[in-house]
Amino acid sequence: MTELLDILAQPAFWIATLRVATPLVFGTLGVLLCERAGVLNLGIEGILVAGAFTGWLTVYAGHGLWTGVAVAALTGAGFGLLHAWLTVGLALSQHVSGLGITLLATALSYYGYRVGFPKVNTPPTITPFAPMDWLGVPILSAQTPLTLLALLLAPLLAWALYRTPLGLAVRMVGENPQAAEGQGISVAATRTGALVAGSALMGVAGSFLTLSAFNAFFFNMVNGRGWICVALVVFASWRPGKALLGALLFAFFDALQLRLQQSGDAWLPYQVYLMLPYLLSILALVLVARNAAYPQALMKPYRKGER
Amino acid sequence: MSAPPPAAAPDTVLRLSGITKRFGSLVANDGISLTLARGEVLALLGENGAGKSTLMSILFGHYVADAGSIEAFGRPLPPGQPRAALAAGIGMVHQHFTLADNLSVLDNVLLGSEPLWQPFSRRSAARARLLEVAQRFGLPVVPDARVGDLSVGERQRVEILKALYRGARILILDEPTAVLTPQESEALFATLGQMVAEGLAIIFISHKLGEVLRVSQRVAVLRQGRLVAQAPAHGTTQAQLAQWMVGHAVERAERRPARQVGAAVCTVDDVHTGGGRDALHGVHLTLRAGEITAIAGVSGNGQGALADVLCGVRMPVQGQVMLRGQPLPAHPQRLVAQGVARIPEDRHAVGVVGDLPVWENAVSERLGSRWFSHPWFTAGWIKRGRARQHARRVAETFDVRGGGPDVPARSLSGGNMQKLILGRALMSPEPASPDTPRLIVAHQPTWGLDVGAVRFVQQQLIDARDAGAAVLLISDDLDEVLQLGDRVAVMHGGHLTEALPTQAWTREAIGLAMAGGIPGAAGAGQGLGAAGTEPARDMS
Amino acid sequence: MRLEKRHRTSAAAYVAAPVGAVAFTLLVSALLVLWAGAPVGRTYALLAQGAFGSVFALTETLTRATPLILTGLAAAVAFRARLFNIGAEGQLYAGAIAAVAVGGMHGGTDLEWSPWVLFPLMLLAAALAGAALLLGPALMKARLGVDEVVTTLLLNFVMLLLVSALLDGPMKDPLALGWPQSVALQGELELSRLVTGSRLHTGLLIAVGLAMLLWALLARTVPGFDIRAAGANPRAAAFAGVPVTRTVVLVALLSGGLAGLAGAIEVAGRTGYVTLDMSPGYGYSGIVIAMLAGLHPLGVVVAGIFVAGVLVGADSMSRAVGVPTYIADVIVATSLIAVLVAGLLAQYRVRWK
Repeated sequence: MTELLDILAQPAFWIATLRVATPLVFGTLGVLLCERAGVLNLGIEGILVAGAFTGWLTVYAGHGLWTGVAVAALTGAGFGLLHAWLTVGLALSQHVSGLGITLLATALSYYGYRVGFPKVNTPPTITPFAPMDWLGVPILSAQTPLTLLALLLAPLLAWALYRTPLGLAVRMVGENPQAAEGQGISVAATRTGALVAGSALMGVAGSFLTLSAFNAFFFNMVNGRGWICVALVVFASWRPGKALLGALLFAFFDALQLRLQQSGDAWLPYQVYLMLPYLLSILALVLVARNAAYPQALMKPYRKGER
Repeated sequence: MSAPPPAAAPDTVLRLSGITKRFGSLVANDGISLTLARGEVLALLGENGAGKSTLMSILFGHYVADAGSIEAFGRPLPPGQPRAALAAGIGMVHQHFTLADNLSVLDNVLLGSEPLWQPFSRRSAARARLLEVAQRFGLPVVPDARVGDLSVGERQRVEILKALYRGARILILDEPTAVLTPQESEALFATLGQMVAEGLAIIFISHKLGEVLRVSQRVAVLRQGRLVAQAPAHGTTQAQLAQWMVGHAVERAERRPARQVGAAVCTVDDVHTGGGRDALHGVHLTLRAGEITAIAGVSGNGQGALADVLCGVRMPVQGQVMLRGQPLPAHPQRLVAQGVARIPEDRHAVGVVGDLPVWENAVSERLGSRWFSHPWFTAGWIKRGRARQHARRVAETFDVRGGGPDVPARSLSGGNMQKLILGRALMSPEPASPDTPRLIVAHQPTWGLDVGAVRFVQQQLIDARDAGAAVLLISDDLDEVLQLGDRVAVMHGGHLTEALPTQAWTREAIGLAMAGGIPGAAGAGQGLGAAGTEPARDMS
Repeated sequence: MRLEKRHRTSAAAYVAAPVGAVAFTLLVSALLVLWAGAPVGRTYALLAQGAFGSVFALTETLTRATPLILTGLAAAVAFRARLFNIGAEGQLYAGAIAAVAVGGMHGGTDLEWSPWVLFPLMLLAAALAGAALLLGPALMKARLGVDEVVTTLLLNFVMLLLVSALLDGPMKDPLALGWPQSVALQGELELSRLVTGSRLHTGLLIAVGLAMLLWALLARTVPGFDIRAAGANPRAAAFAGVPVTRTVVLVALLSGGLAGLAGAIEVAGRTGYVTLDMSPGYGYSGIVIAMLAGLHPLGVVVAGIFVAGVLVGADSMSRAVGVPTYIADVIVATSLIAVLVAGLLAQYRVRWK
């Protein structure tokens, strides 16, 4: 117990928590935006890989860090557009299309990496984002700019969803597309826009992994974070504020298990600690299942003119 | 009593010219030309499948016509865009409400009325304007209420306000009274009068002939995609309308009262079902052999729950249902084996499994029986030959057309699908058991069917009754209830009135009961105390 | 862009669709080969040769196809019932561990029963282990409405960690010089070779046999009807008297069981023991195979051999030409999307409004 309090007292722990939370915040908000518009985007796991790879590659090729983030966002947006064409344009199964995109994006990224770097065993590194010492605020100063962006993004997205006409259109498209169509809103355009924007956020989440959290790209670095984001959206009842809280809570437990593992008392094999994040996510899903106020048109394909 | 003729020299606000629309080989609209004048109520009539909804969908921009043009207020209307129709002042109140349950009334009305790139939504100004419009037309709403919590009548008000808020000058109403009680329909007609006084033009789609003559100044009749008649409402009879709709003289079907009423086949005793809007609160009912018991009432007052209980799909939480002296089996297939024929309300979503072939659907509720399959411990092997043979018999006897036994069931037309469901329920496969079922549960069996199919289904029910079956007919079509029922009960709010002989009811009394008032049949006995009736309530 | 259903889908369209999909896939991967700086024609030739070009290649392909057919069947039966089992990977490992637990040489605590008893028992344990892993998510979906895609996915990670912990501890092979692998399977329980000198084992026959049984179950029995009906329209199925919850459980048992068997058969036929890398994503590939096969059990056999061929061919091609082996994953993912799109276009015409 004192060991627990020791951990909580160290600023390094909270710094790590925020760092772990950042990609989850971007990813969860990205999925949230897509699902609010009524589309499940299971391509997130692959888009995270692709964003990590293209962001890192851009910086490795000599461009600036923010350029890398922008390229990662564009990569995500591109896959989002593909997913939109398959699920909105062609009304294919959202589950299968998303999984296909995860497989494709991952395969393309690994392939590209091996083509560019065929014989390396240690991944080549780049110089990542530096901490924002100029901020002067404890714990936050040790973070990189992307984390600050993530924290600001949640309230921004909430305001956009609930206080702007565009946000209302997105929400309506996810609740009753016929109603939206009947009020002159193009369901296809709105869903595509939400998918592209949400996937761009997922790309940024991926770039954080290679440009901030670590400084290189390696295989299996995403390791299920995308699926955790999908679970977190349900846990957050599709609200951006709760999504931010959920990501922070999750990161808290993740950072905690890492510290506990390292503190050496190992009466449990380390794998059990590693399991905790995934088990927690499943638990979160079960707990909120009864109350889920999900967007009512989620996962129902909409064919215009078919009523 | 029909509406007075319009004022002199009306100006035309809407002109449709030569509208044609094809879906594959089906011609939904064939060269239709219509005009609408300011302050006029035009009724659009036709059977199911005649092309009314298609025409209105083209007008509103959901579909694009293959040929023809539309002019609104003298300007051509760009096709295929609801946005253009809305901008031109056309509003549509859909038959199946297009509302988002999870959002508020204000959200539903506000959508699309502000430019999408505007950074702020002006909600307080919108709220004030909504309340002002609501008051002007007599459609009270609470702007911040969640739509999912509203009653059907209130939801329709929101649906109408959506159009009025956008400043619609031409309003299309698609079967608006289908979900309303007679009293709520009256309120709607009053609202229509208010709209006409404000100079709106209205197109009113309905298949209820009496209503149509009352409310409109002109009627237009579609049949098989063509406009076959236009006439002023004043001076036209219902019989004339029916003839235009069907294409030949239609005799009113004769009421054939029950000849020999037998013993009770099924008793429902103080049944309560779980929570929710459509629940039952202590229902009593007795169904007797050789008799059609009809239940009237607006959909959503517990009919679904009652049908579910009698079809074996839902268990009551309190009370008991007995079938021929034994408790009702909890399992649909055992129910069917005991001679219960079930016709569900929604043939597409519940009646058939659309992706599976017709022959499998024809035997789906009897597959567990020894007749069609081997016992489960030999993997439940299906006796295909027998199953397909029974399916063929059903299709032949009930004239199910549409491509043979192997096509997916969803490719059947509504009428053929209903005939399949009817045949499956009424025909027994085993030579040993009689073909007439003992109890028929028919929930909205003629909904959405054309006149020929309606007659067929109704005749089947009457024939089954005459052969000794007990028939429960649940219908929101009051005419059907009064024509077929030997005894009638009314459902409201999960309570069922006593089932009285049909002659003992008046339309007014039924209407009152449908809204929750005391059911008092003129001159009938007053002993209605313990049978689940309620004191009069304010009509909301 | 609008989709309009064709009133008649010609037989030609049904053939053109997969052909078009394959052509498109080959085109896309050709671009990737060019990017790697390798000659396209020679690369494809080597791929085909490595897959089917010699007896050795053929046996390798069929060996690789064995677990893929089983995970493909697992996905097919689950997806038919609209239970999106993405956890076949974890279920495979569960089955493998259970098989070794029952039939392994634990040095003194072996189950010394006749192989005629032990072998079926081992397979049963593997199937039950896989089924148990899927039962949780399946029931959570049926009773609580929890989306099974995420739960089964997350359990994959959990299962892999569990296997890792077991291999580090109680099931570790003391003779393996510190390498994390399990105790080996008893020799008599290993599957015999179909072609001497190759790695091809009788597990292939088991896989194909199970495919045929699954087809018969789905098409010809009442439980099969229940599965198809519940997957197509649960409400209508319940109305007709299909026991929906019981059917979901049945599907979970079948799907999880098949994936578990994949693990056991891999152990018994190919590796002899469990390691952490014994499955290079067979569970996920199984999903692609099921979709390519249109969820038809017999189609799964064909699609499984196809995907196995691509994977095996890419391995041997990569050694010769230097194109990264991940080209195989790109080909598989692209062909999935292409087949879906082509299948849709066969049924619907595209109208540009």
